[in-house]
Amino acid sequence: MARLFEYQGKQILQEAGIKVPRGKVVETPEQAARAVEDLGTEAVLKIQVWLKGRAQLGGIRFVKTPQEAKKAAAELLGTRVKNFVVEKLLVEEKLKIERELFAGVIIDDYEKKPLVVFSSMGGTGIEEIAREHPDAILTHHVDVLEGFPEYKARGLLSRMGFKGKLLVKLSSTLSKLYQAFRKYDARSAEINPLVITEEGEVYAADTHIAIDDYAVYRHPELGIEIAREFDRPPTELEKIAYKVEENDYRGTFYFFQMVEKPVPDENYIGFHGAGGGGSMMSMDAVLNRGFKIANFTDTSGNPPASKVYRAAKIILSQPGIIGYFASGSGVASQEQFNSARGLVKAFMEDEIEIPAVLRLGGNYEEKAIEILETFSRFIPGKIEGYGRDDSPEFCAERLKELVEKGGRKVHRVKPIKEYTPPPGAYSFKTLTGRVYIDHSLCARCQARDCVEACTYGVLKFEDGKPVLAISEEEAARGKCTECLACELACFLDGKKAIHIELPIPGLAEYREKITKEG
Amino acid sequence: MAILIDEKTRVLVQGITGREGRARTKLMKGYGTMVVAGVTPGKGGQEVEGVPVFDSVYEAMEKVGPIDASAVFVPAPLVKAAALEAIDAGVKLLLLVPDRVPIHDVLEIAAHAERKGTKFIGPNTLGVLSPGRAVLGMIGGRPETARQWFRQGDIGVSSRSGGITSAISYYLSRAGFGLSTIVHVGGDAVVGLPHPEVMKLFEQDPQTKMMVMFGEIGTTQEERVADMMERGEITKPVVAFIGGKAAKEGTRFSHAGAIVEGGRGSYASKVERLKKAGAYIAEALMDIPRVVTEVRRKHGLD
Repeated sequence: MARLFEYQGKQILQEAGIKVPRGKVVETPEQAARAVEDLGTEAVLKIQVWLKGRAQLGGIRFVKTPQEAKKAAAELLGTRVKNFVVEKLLVEEKLKIERELFAGVIIDDYEKKPLVVFSSMGGTGIEEIAREHPDAILTHHVDVLEGFPEYKARGLLSRMGFKGKLLVKLSSTLSKLYQAFRKYDARSAEINPLVITEEGEVYAADTHIAIDDYAVYRHPELGIEIAREFDRPPTELEKIAYKVEENDYRGTFYFFQMVEKPVPDENYIGFHGAGGGGSMMSMDAVLNRGFKIANFTDTSGNPPASKVYRAAKIILSQPGIIGYFASGSGVASQEQFNSARGLVKAFMEDEIEIPAVLRLGGNYEEKAIEILETFSRFIPGKIEGYGRDDSPEFCAERLKELVEKGGRKVHRVKPIKEYTPPPGAYSFKTLTGRVYIDHSLCARCQARDCVEACTYGVLKFEDGKPVLAISEEEAARGKCTECLACELACFLDGKKAIHIELPIPGLAEYREKITKEG
Repeated sequence: MAILIDEKTRVLVQGITGREGRARTKLMKGYGTMVVAGVTPGKGGQEVEGVPVFDSVYEAMEKVGPIDASAVFVPAPLVKAAALEAIDAGVKLLLLVPDRVPIHDVLEIAAHAERKGTKFIGPNTLGVLSPGRAVLGMIGGRPETARQWFRQGDIGVSSRSGGITSAISYYLSRAGFGLSTIVHVGGDAVVGLPHPEVMKLFEQDPQTKMMVMFGEIGTTQEERVADMMERGEITKPVVAFIGGKAAKEGTRFSHAGAIVEGGRGSYASKVERLKKAGAYIAEALMDIPRVVTEVRRKHGLD
C-alpha cells in the first residue's frame, strides 16, 4: 500500500467536496511564518511523514503568531522522526473543536467488498469501542455496483441518532469519502478525527489514505515514487530497482533493503528469493543459520534472464555482504535456466569473490544447475547450484560452510564500466537492452553455437555470421526474450563476440558513489 | 472425483495468442486438459496449438458449445474486462492468472460474479491441478514435470503461494502420498476462492480424505478455516503450515496478501486459532510429509 502524506490526502478529500482546514505546505521557517500570517488565525504545524501518533512524537505544534510559527518550524524541519527526516510541514488554521468522530473505508478481504466504518466516539481504540459501545460504531458493506449514495449514509446515520443539518453534513462526508476511496483505488481511506466545530461545521482534521500498489499507474498525478509500503523513505538503490521493475512487465522483481550499509562482521548476505512463500521459507532458513539479510529480493513469475541479471547486479551493489543466497520454493514452475543465465552473467561481470549458493529447483532445474556448474570456473568465488531435493536448510548450511572455508571474504562493489561496442559491430535492440555482435570474430569461429543456442529462432546465419532471423521491430518488441543464451554460448567458445548490454539507469553512478565512500 | 477441474472440464483460454497464453495452452493440452477454444479480440480465425481462436467468449460458446472454465492470461490492466465478459457469457469458473490486478477491479469482478453465481480463482494464481486428470493454469511448468512431480491420491492441497503449492505436492508425492487436487488460491489480499471455500469443496469431495493448507500472514483466511472446523463444517483432518514467522509486522514480502492488517492475521494468531480448532501444525515445509504420516495413522487413513 502506497501511503499518501496528509496534505496529499486532504487534497483528494477537498476535491471530493469534503471540508478540510485552510492551510499550506511549507518547507522553510519563513514560509511557515508567511502561511500563518495569511491564515490570520491561530494555527497548527504538522510534520508530513508516514507515521501515526505524530502528536506523541512531538510532530504537532500549535502557534499563535507568525513569529511562533517560524520558531516552531525551525525546530521541526530537518529533524529525524523515527526513519524520516522532516522536509515538509502542513500549516493549517486551528479548528474550534466541539466533538471528534471517525470515518473510514477499508476493504474486507473475505466479503470482497468495501467496508464503511463510522464511529461517533472517535477512532482511538476503535476495537475497544466496538466491544463496549457497539451502538457508537457503524459498519456497512458496500456493493460496488450500487455505490454508497448519500441517502444510504443518511439512513444509517439517522439510526445512530444524528439529526437535521448535522446528519446531512455527515452523510455527505461519508458518501464523498467512499467516492474518493473508489476514484483513487485506495486500499484504505480514513478521516481521523472527523471534527464537528463549535460552529457546527464538519471537517476532516487529519486523514490517512493508502493507494493500491497495483493501481498506482492509474494515478500519475499523485507522484508516488515507489508503489509499495515503506515505514521510511525508499533508499537510492530501491529507487533504481523500482525503475527496473517499472520498465519490464515480464515476471516480477521486488527489492527491499533491510540495511543500507551492511557491516561484514554481522554476517550480512545478499538474499535473492523467488516467489513469496518460497522466499519467506528460504529467508527463515538463512536467518536460522545465523546470517542476516542485507536485502530481500524476489524475482518470480517466469522473469526473463535479463531481469534476474539486473536483480543480481543490484544485490551486488551492496558492499559488505559475505555471501549470496538464492532460493525459492524449490519446485518452481518457471523456466529456471533463465535465472541461472542471469546470475552467471552478473557474477562474471562483477567477478564476485564471495560464495554463492543458488537453489534453483523446479522446472528445468537440471539445465539451470548445469549452467551454474559450467560457468562457475569463470567466477572467482565458489558457486554451487542445487535443486528441488535439496532443502533450504541444507543449502543455507552449505553457504555457511563456504563462507567459513573461504575465509569470510567481504564483497567489494565494482565500478560499472561503460560498454564501448567494437567498431562496425552488428547490433539490434531488444525490449530492454541491445545485442552487439562483433562479426569480425565470427569468421574464424568453427563452433557456431550461438544460433543453435537461440531456441526462440531469433538468430540465423548469413554468410557464416549470426544475424536477426526476424525483423528489428519484432526483436525490439520482445520476440528476443533476452535469454542470454547466445552471449554465454559464444563466451564458452572463447570468442566473446556477443555482448548483450542491459542498462540499469543510475546504477553506475550509485556504485561510483559508494566505492568512493569506501 | 477431484475438485474444480478434471479431464471432462471444457476449458477456454482468454488471451491465448499472448506469450503466456500460448505457452500454458501447450502445457494444459499436454497434460490432458480439454482446451476447446481460445479468445483474443481481433485475432479470431487463428489456431494456437490446434485450438481455434475467437474474437469473443460469446462467439466461442456459439461455435464450440458449452464452456465450463476459462483461464485468463491477459495483462493485468485488461483482466477486469476479460473476466466480466466471461461472467456475462455464463462461464461458471474463472481462473485469473495475472499478478498485479488492481484490487478495485477484483471487487467489481466479485460483485458481478456473485450476481451470476460464478466462482473465480485468483488473481495472482498458478492455478489448479488434479493429478492424472487435468490442469487449469500453469502449475508444473511442463507436462512431463507435472506428471513426474504429482501423484494421484486422496490429499487435497490449498496454498496461498504458487511455488509452495508445487513444493508441498511434490514432497508429499515423493514420500509416497497422492493428491486429489492442488489449488493455488492466489497471492493477493482479495481472492475469489480463499482457503475456507476450497476447504468446503474438499470436504464435499469423496476422493479427498484429508487436507494440507499453506497459509501466510495477513488476511483472515486461516482463522476462518479454524472457525469452520469448530462449527463442524470441516470434519476431515487438516494439516497447516504458516509462512512468515520471521516477517516483520507491516513489511510486505512480495505477496500483497502477506501483510498484517489491524492486528489480525499475524503468525501467532493463525497458529493458535488453528491448533485450538484441532488442526495439525507443521513447523517447516519439509516436515509436512512426517506430520501427514502421523495424522493418517491417527485417523486410520491408510
